[in-house]
Amino acid sequence: MLPFILKRLGLAFLVALTVSLISFFLLYLSGDPATALAGEGATSEDIANINARYGFDRPLLVQYGSWLFNALTGDFGESYYFKMPVSALLADRLSVTMLLGVCGISFALLTAVPLGVLAAMRPNSLIDRFALFLSVAGQAMPSFWFGLILIVVFSIKLQWLPASGASSWAHFILPTVVLGYYAMPAIMRLTRAGMLEVLSSDYIRTARAKGASEGRVLFKHALRNAIIPVVSLAAVQMGFMLGGSIVVESIFALHGAGFLAYESISRNDLPTVQALVLIFSMFYILFTFAADVLNAWLDPRMRSS
Amino acid sequence: MKTALLRTTAAAIALSASTAAFADKASDTLHVAFTKELESVDSYMNSAREGIVIQRAVWDGLLYRDPVTNEYIGNLATSWEWIDDLTIEFKLREGVTFHNGEAFNADDVVYTVDFVANPENGVKTQRNVSWMKSAEKIDDYTVRIHLKSAFPAAIEFLAGPVSIYPNEYYAEVGPSGMALKPVGTGPYKVVEVEPGQHFVLEKNETYFDGPKGDAQISRIDIRTIPDINTQMAEMFNGTLDLIWQVPADQAGKLGEMSQFQAVNESTMRVGFLLLDAAGKSDENSPFKDVRVRQAVAHAIDSQSIVDALLKGSSQVIKSSCFPSQFGCDTDVTTYEYDPEKAKALLAEAGYPDGFTTEFFAYRNRDYAEAISSYMNAVGIKTNFNMLKYAALRDLSATSGVPVNFQTWGSFSINDTSAFTGQFFKFGDLDTVRDPELRDTLEIADTSTDPEVRIENYSKALNLIADQAYMVPMFSYNTNYVFTQEVSYTPTPDEVLRFATMSWN
Repeated sequence: MLPFILKRLGLAFLVALTVSLISFFLLYLSGDPATALAGEGATSEDIANINARYGFDRPLLVQYGSWLFNALTGDFGESYYFKMPVSALLADRLSVTMLLGVCGISFALLTAVPLGVLAAMRPNSLIDRFALFLSVAGQAMPSFWFGLILIVVFSIKLQWLPASGASSWAHFILPTVVLGYYAMPAIMRLTRAGMLEVLSSDYIRTARAKGASEGRVLFKHALRNAIIPVVSLAAVQMGFMLGGSIVVESIFALHGAGFLAYESISRNDLPTVQALVLIFSMFYILFTFAADVLNAWLDPRMRSS
Repeated sequence: MKTALLRTTAAAIALSASTAAFADKASDTLHVAFTKELESVDSYMNSAREGIVIQRAVWDGLLYRDPVTNEYIGNLATSWEWIDDLTIEFKLREGVTFHNGEAFNADDVVYTVDFVANPENGVKTQRNVSWMKSAEKIDDYTVRIHLKSAFPAAIEFLAGPVSIYPNEYYAEVGPSGMALKPVGTGPYKVVEVEPGQHFVLEKNETYFDGPKGDAQISRIDIRTIPDINTQMAEMFNGTLDLIWQVPADQAGKLGEMSQFQAVNESTMRVGFLLLDAAGKSDENSPFKDVRVRQAVAHAIDSQSIVDALLKGSSQVIKSSCFPSQFGCDTDVTTYEYDPEKAKALLAEAGYPDGFTTEFFAYRNRDYAEAISSYMNAVGIKTNFNMLKYAALRDLSATSGVPVNFQTWGSFSINDTSAFTGQFFKFGDLDTVRDPELRDTLEIADTSTDPEVRIENYSKALNLIADQAYMVPMFSYNTNYVFTQEVSYTPTPDEVLRFATMSWN
């Protein structure tokens, strides 16, 4: 198991490095960083000054090399835009995003899995139709629109919840619902399909025949098998939530990492983007890794392969 | 599951009821939203409009320009005098203290000027400070600023972006410390900074008797809310009192509601076309022919673009500057909208069937598309390209672009040099490269005699218009929306002035 984990981690590191290299060059392709940093009102002198200050006149590989060297020693440099250490900036923004991501995926799992199970238990029943309706609506509704509707209802009309900000846990309820609802349909459909397949299999019939209770059949025998692809999907969804909650963070004015990444790209804030790309790819890799481990625990057959 | 959700909701209601911070005059706190994340509160280290807003509230310059009359008056200086073309002497105001208690005197001016004038210290907008060489202390309350070369617009810059920092504090904390805990002399002091997200200003109770006047509102709470719809929701909720840079359709809707007032005010930003008169993009560029450039000017109906798209207090611009700027002569050759004349001019220039050209823009896609379709209508077929600002600027500086829809805000500097200097003095954005024009502008930019300046700007602007080197079209505007409880009159320079706001 240990050599397997080490190999996986080594591979993960290489993947992260490749991602960061590609993103570095892509950023340069999108326009001269000095011009972007200087902003719309800049004169040619401003741009020349910035070029000299940040060393943009050096060859690209040298610039990437020096960034990489510093990053490996834990120094992500200083944000061009905020003029503060990237690590401090990330610590601040990532905490918001992580909290939101954990809440979002929990919300999605806690609603989608029970609904999926219920739908599979009574296929084509009213509850199945309701679940189908929920998932179709969830897939079809853009999250910016859903977010605004929630704000209109819960913040303006009912005045129950704050519309934006991150100063108390109440601020996280609406964003959690929006983010979680977006991830929910896929999880629910996968749970339903998995459950349907498993429930019609022979060993479930055997379990029922030997007199196991319905609850035991459902959760011990069926769900444990049906949930394996869901775990992998949830891991990917979680990675997506951390890096891609841009819209939700923007609407609810949560200053998180996803929004920071988006803004930093348009501001050509290279050190920040580079650090974020590295961290996001690490997250993706870690989550899929954790999902594999979890699946191996759920399904003993996977441990041997 | 359901009961848990219900409980959560109930708890949320209880919580929000107890902590809801309603913005109203009872708490004497004005809640304002910024759309963009401000990079640094240190005014020399950002180039954002949000930065200017905070700069005007927290710091003072030596001089002050009345935003209504455009007259210059003393601020931290009580009087000033040009000793010669390269030296200005200031008598400083006595008894002023910074927010941290440090006394204001000549040392602060000398330190600030010497610090910002040194390019190594990384002031973001070098143009604001690069004209200064150094400062010299004569006595505690007399100081001289030495210029690198004659620069009459110095007064405008000293009344605008150049603010005075406390020498001891700035030497100790530097720009990064100033960004987290700003200290100035202004009518508001900063009590809380969460970089890019949240700023709280508090009234400076010991503000000196300066031209900005005492602040009326005790606290200003600024939050960054990127989405305009969320900003509107917070306005409805009563958790915001003032938003600005509101898109025209939203401002219109809010303005119709009884609890809000929407005010439209012009800005100094001008939209114009740059035509490749020098043939940088192509040696045989049709735009090298003055008749083709004039045809473009005749082809575009700026008034219709203003009426249909920009609306508000935008105006049609005929001369290559913003009308309030010193030296902006608006009595120049104008090109009325006349597609037939445009076609005739094209035919005369040897393009009876028109030609095809690349068309570039970086913002306001709707305006840009309107402009390009006006060109299409007279036979100049445009291939429409929308690029990011940095990419377009790169392209025009290196290989040139034939038609470029650009805008320029002059950094709110009320002097024609801030406009023409960028485009006609052989800089990387100069698509014209006319030595006569450059020399005329050089005289206008550097003479200390206002008459000579006016005369030469007029000459230069007439030359630009006669040659249709630039096709100015319209000025921009912006919308401010605030509650009926707030009293505020926006100014045409697009700077929010908290010190002039009060409760109704």
